Amino acid sequence: MQMPTPDQTILSRKDHIVRRLRTVLPDDAVIDAPEETRAYECDALSAYRCPPLAVVLPASTKEVAAALKICHEEGVPVVPRGSGTSLAGGALPTEDSIILGVARLNRVLETDYDNRFIRVQTGLTNLSVTGAVEDEGFFYAPDPSSQLACAIAGNIAMNSGGAHCLKYGVTTNNLMGVKMVLMDGSIIDLGGPCADMAGLDLLGLICGSEGQLGVVTEATLRILHKPEGARPVMMGFDSNEEAGACVSDIIKAGILPVAIEFMDRPVIRATENFVGAGYPDVEALLIVEVEGSEAEIAQQLARIIEIGQRHNPVEIRESGSAEESARIWAGRKAAFGAMGQINDYMCLDGTIPVSQLPFVLRRIGELSGEYGLGVGNVFHAGDGNMHPLILYDANKPGDLEKAESMGADILKLCVEVGGCLTGEHGVGVEKRELMDAQYNADDLDAQMAVKDVFDPAWLLNPAKVFPLAATAQRRARPMAAE
Amino acid sequence: MMVTSESELAEAIAGAKGPLQVVGGGTRLPVSGEVLRVGISGVKLYEPGALTLVVGAGTPLAEVEDLLAAEGQRLAFEPMDYRPIMGSEGEPTIGGVVAANISGPRRVQAGACRDFLLGVRFVDGQGRVIKSGGRVMKNVTGYDLVKLMAGSWGTLGVLSEVSLKVLPAAEAVATVVVHGLEDAAAIKALSRALGSAYDVSGAAHIGQGTEARSLVRVEGFADSVVYRAGRLRELLGGFGEISVEDDPARNAALWKRIRDVEDFAGRAGDVWRLSLKPSDGPVAAAALRAAFGAEVIHDWGGGLIWALVPAGADLRAAMGDLPGHARIIRASADTVARLGRFHPRPAPVARLEAGLKEKYDPRGIFNPGLMG
Ligand SMILES: Cc1cc2nc3c(=O)[nH]c(=O)nc-3n(C[C@H](O)[C@H](O)[C@H](O)COP(=O)(O)OP(=O)(O)OC[C@H]3O[C@@H](n4cnc5c(N)ncnc54)[C@H](O)[C@@H]3O)c2cc1C
Ligand SMILES: Cc1cc2nc3c(=O)[nH]c(=O)nc-3n(C[C@H](O)[C@H](O)[C@H](O)COP(=O)(O)OP(=O)(O)OC[C@H]3O[C@@H](n4cnc5c(N)ncnc54)[C@H](O)[C@@H]3O)c2cc1C
Repeated sequence: MQMPTPDQTILSRKDHIVRRLRTVLPDDAVIDAPEETRAYECDALSAYRCPPLAVVLPASTKEVAAALKICHEEGVPVVPRGSGTSLAGGALPTEDSIILGVARLNRVLETDYDNRFIRVQTGLTNLSVTGAVEDEGFFYAPDPSSQLACAIAGNIAMNSGGAHCLKYGVTTNNLMGVKMVLMDGSIIDLGGPCADMAGLDLLGLICGSEGQLGVVTEATLRILHKPEGARPVMMGFDSNEEAGACVSDIIKAGILPVAIEFMDRPVIRATENFVGAGYPDVEALLIVEVEGSEAEIAQQLARIIEIGQRHNPVEIRESGSAEESARIWAGRKAAFGAMGQINDYMCLDGTIPVSQLPFVLRRIGELSGEYGLGVGNVFHAGDGNMHPLILYDANKPGDLEKAESMGADILKLCVEVGGCLTGEHGVGVEKRELMDAQYNADDLDAQMAVKDVFDPAWLLNPAKVFPLAATAQRRARPMAAE
Repeated sequence: MMVTSESELAEAIAGAKGPLQVVGGGTRLPVSGEVLRVGISGVKLYEPGALTLVVGAGTPLAEVEDLLAAEGQRLAFEPMDYRPIMGSEGEPTIGGVVAANISGPRRVQAGACRDFLLGVRFVDGQGRVIKSGGRVMKNVTGYDLVKLMAGSWGTLGVLSEVSLKVLPAAEAVATVVVHGLEDAAAIKALSRALGSAYDVSGAAHIGQGTEARSLVRVEGFADSVVYRAGRLRELLGGFGEISVEDDPARNAALWKRIRDVEDFAGRAGDVWRLSLKPSDGPVAAAALRAAFGAEVIHDWGGGLIWALVPAGADLRAAMGDLPGHARIIRASADTVARLGRFHPRPAPVARLEAGLKEKYDPRGIFNPGLMG
């Protein structure tokens, strides 16, 4: 993976730039000592690392604006950072960039149960948003598995999803407004506690823009009352075709589960060895969870089980209690960890039309054979968001490259069958060079035109999302804007 | 000029000599320019088991709704039919619905049109065919131009194709009706219902005095609807006299009346639409009544107000400092020209919008002046 050559003139002006940043930020909010900036050299795509020029940790929107204004004047690229859990390298710095971390912007600003929203600073973690409202019986729906660590800032930038998004949608469907700072230091508000935008849906555009259009400092998020209860059923099948058909039949029957999770044999076996959730040794396992009152749950599960019965199940196990639910979920929740016990893995994130499930799983199996690398599949089947985990050995020379090239083949396959490169993790640097598998030059140009408007100098997280060659001219900025 | 394919559309735009008025179903917006009618019609893909539909933008809305109904599915965002209040004719198209991000009462539960839009194909002002998104439900590959196009009113590009997520139609429906509440109490009741675990899919308030009705809708499987309507009845018991409407036909008529703002159809005066913080709904309604003797309908739990006011009234002035925005739906050309159809945006936001317009439609030929 390639990153642009750092701008030598910026490196040579480091002291000057840091000094200027210290004039608008407290001393401890500007970090430039190499031993300290190293903590920011990567995100969760840890195969790629590069310490930044410096790190700033503003504690208010005003400080963010002041820092950005200086970087704008100095022509220094800025990489916004939440908690650094991106799996796509979204928060990966370059040597000539400033990391702007929002970790200190971590306050709840307003909770409004009558109007069902919460307003927070974006450094707050996803889980603590729900934490702030759960005493009143409310929750914030998007729940990425990284929710203990990841920040609302990163969730908005990546338009993150979660296990429950089949019913509740992803971040963009639950985001009502933002306060953000543009690269030139101007502060804007988009949306808010009322539905709809007055003009163009710029809020929708910001969500998922991977830190390239502005630094989001505050967010208004929709909160919902918790359902009365929830319970899953687990169903094992001897073929992916049957499991796939079962998913589609459940959906066609008018049932809208909160989650339909899918695991294939390699993952089932790995999790059994790891946590012993008591899964049957089958080709494909579904966990389907529904919500509501006790009677509503029982009724929906009965319908789901009836559909499952039509697809030659090997085993169907309905949870009858909180303990049984936890046991059914235990394997799924430990799936990534379990695969990690076997070897290093690379987690993909393509989405496919649900009808293509059996075909794509078969093709992935073939690719696994061709490359000689193991693959496990665990994913959100209701919406076709796959997470193939490619196993490789990071210490074995060439293995990472092999895994990457196999990953690229799988993602291209997702696009070929009518899907996309990434369902929830974002493009970052990881899938940047694959973008032209999904979009042609005009499509990409229409997207880059948006960045031209928000960040004409292409200083915000410039080396991400688009193929480097496609952005080369736009990123070329021989001198500071002064 | 009528186009029936994407390539014809691209040619027409590339060769346009002046402004174009982008039209779907012929229910027109009063802008100047040559009429460009999008007749790209037909279903490209419909997979009920994947809840996905891909159609030409010029496909009549009615055709889409019939197709889905045959599979027991529907457009969950419940697009309204503007013809009654506009007094217009013609056949609304799915492209027009998307371009205007038209969403009905179910928005409080399911979301808006933009939340169901999975992908678009459109032609920009230079005649380039652009695609964004796709046909799958989760897609974060690149910027979300899909959202940008929803609600851009044909000012940035002309849609040729849209992909939508559809949902199962409900097996049953019931409406819990609270009688005779003043606005403030009504919106409190609606908030209580929307803030409950009972998955409310409509929350509106119509009428005044003893005629006032606060309406709370639940939908789903039959037993579940009975259960939740019962719980809501208990929850709202303290607010006033309560009844439950569970007749399917009467429910359909009731919510169509709200959705299409039928109460204002054929009546003199201007129609406005205000987006507000729900708890500000009663405050705004009182201000509008005091200033103009407005007639008001609350939807979206108070977050949406439909107001019927004397011709020429400026509702934005009456809103004061309340956060939100007001849009003219029906008024004379003079009033629209004087006040602007869309609520003015703060300067930095307006600059961004103008910048996008400049990029997507550099010649400024699409619906000039419409979004202001
Ligand atoms: C174990 C694990 C499980 C995961 N599970 C899921 C999952 O289930 N679903 C899912 O969707 N993702 C998942 N992820 C991915 C990741 O957690 C999400 O992408 C998350 O939203 C990133 O948040 P963050 O705060 O860590 O952002 P970072 O990693 O810090 O940054 C991510 C992106 O956001 C930008 N950004 C950060 N702050 C701002 C800001 N203030 N303004 C503008 N842009 C900003 C960055 O520049 C970068 O492009 C998982 C990751 C891990 C490690
Ligand atoms: C604030 C407001 C004002 C309205 N004013 C009027 C009015 O004055 N007269 C009236 O009859 N209806 C009006 N409507 C109703 C509404 O526009 C239409 O009923 C609805 O869009 C149905 O689709 P249509 O095909 O008839 O759209 P149209 O009325 O033809 O178009 C609606 C909007 O979408 C755009 N559009 C249509 N098709 C496409 C496409 N394929 N690609 C890109 N853009 C497209 C148009 O340029 C226009 O801006 C209004 C609605 C609102 C919310």
